[in-house]
Amino acid sequence: MTAAPEQVDVLGVAREQVLERGVGLSEEQVLAVLSLDDDRIPELLELAHQVRMRWCGPEVEVEGIVSLKTGGCPEDCHFCSQSGQFPSPVRSAWLDIPGLVRAARQTRDTGATEFCIVAAVRGPDKRLLSQVRDGIKAIREDGNDIQIACSLGMLTQEQVDELVEMGVHRYNHNLETARSHFPNVVTTHSWEERWDTLKMVREAGMEVCCGGIIGMGETLEQRAEFAVQLAALEPDEVPLNFLIPNPGTPYENYPVVEGTEALKTVGAFRLALPRTILRFAGGRELTFGDLGAKQGMLGGVNAIIVGNYLTNLGRPAQEDLDMLEELSMPIKELSKTL
Amino acid sequence: MTAVYCGYCGKGLEEVDHAACTKRLRVIDPPRFCSACARRMVVQVTPSGWTATCSRHGEISSSA
Repeated sequence: MTAAPEQVDVLGVAREQVLERGVGLSEEQVLAVLSLDDDRIPELLELAHQVRMRWCGPEVEVEGIVSLKTGGCPEDCHFCSQSGQFPSPVRSAWLDIPGLVRAARQTRDTGATEFCIVAAVRGPDKRLLSQVRDGIKAIREDGNDIQIACSLGMLTQEQVDELVEMGVHRYNHNLETARSHFPNVVTTHSWEERWDTLKMVREAGMEVCCGGIIGMGETLEQRAEFAVQLAALEPDEVPLNFLIPNPGTPYENYPVVEGTEALKTVGAFRLALPRTILRFAGGRELTFGDLGAKQGMLGGVNAIIVGNYLTNLGRPAQEDLDMLEELSMPIKELSKTL
Repeated sequence: MTAVYCGYCGKGLEEVDHAACTKRLRVIDPPRFCSACARRMVVQVTPSGWTATCSRHGEISSSA
């Protein structure tokens, strides 16, 4: 008779591996974290917070985002209310330059250091890039030195170079989900095409912002797969969204991710990505409510989108700023990002 | 302007139960349908607010 194998406690391992040595968890280890009983969530979040404090520091990066071009997208990302392929109530809209300048000013006034300009497109055309160029110029002429990020879909090398030349310092392009699940979510382009854009962005010297959405029918195994695929990319920032089941999209009847499941995901992603900026993004209002957002901030998250999102609304910025103050978490200053 | 239609789903206020719509409008959604005629509106969300424009009944906003 052989003795049963000794159970290894993944949080104990993570304490030595991630907290002490800064080595992110493997896929198998992330899965073990995601599979923890709910009564271990406080212990997980405490460890994730320690990891974040040790490898990232106490500061929180605050960002605002705005949709420059809304709706009418030719792609079929099943979570997205801006796809022209689904009967979503979202209609096409373009934000004009004065509106963009106002949005950047509102964002700066919250104390944010990042302002991300987003367009619902497969990739930018000349008109869109020209609008981005004019917009950035106008924001600077307004005396606003906030750092500017863009999210304009898949890029060519020429477009990457053009964005660098415009002064865009970070580019967002989400892989959205695990490679094995991606074909269930998007059929009009591939995970690999997205990866190629991210590689070009990195090689051109822009910071890479790449995350995804939790709750799109992926298994726990695929969630773990996604975490380590992101880690392999070594992104500067990972925005973590929770599915908002928007009307008219194929996912409109998907359930909202449970708070406990979401907290385990937050903790697990921090343990897989000890040095990355891990940002709370869309969906946290539905998934967590007010209390959970605080738990997440004390569970490994060190960045936040304040105010509204692209087509959905967020909490008023001041509520999040008050929360950060209550948690004694300083907001990263612009001078420290330059 | 009298509200006849739900700003979230565009159906008549008397037609169906709108409890879920009301919650969405309170927490994470701007109105998408004109409450007077149920036309889909052009909505622009910005970091601190939103505007929604009906081709027949004009613009409403979060600040109104």
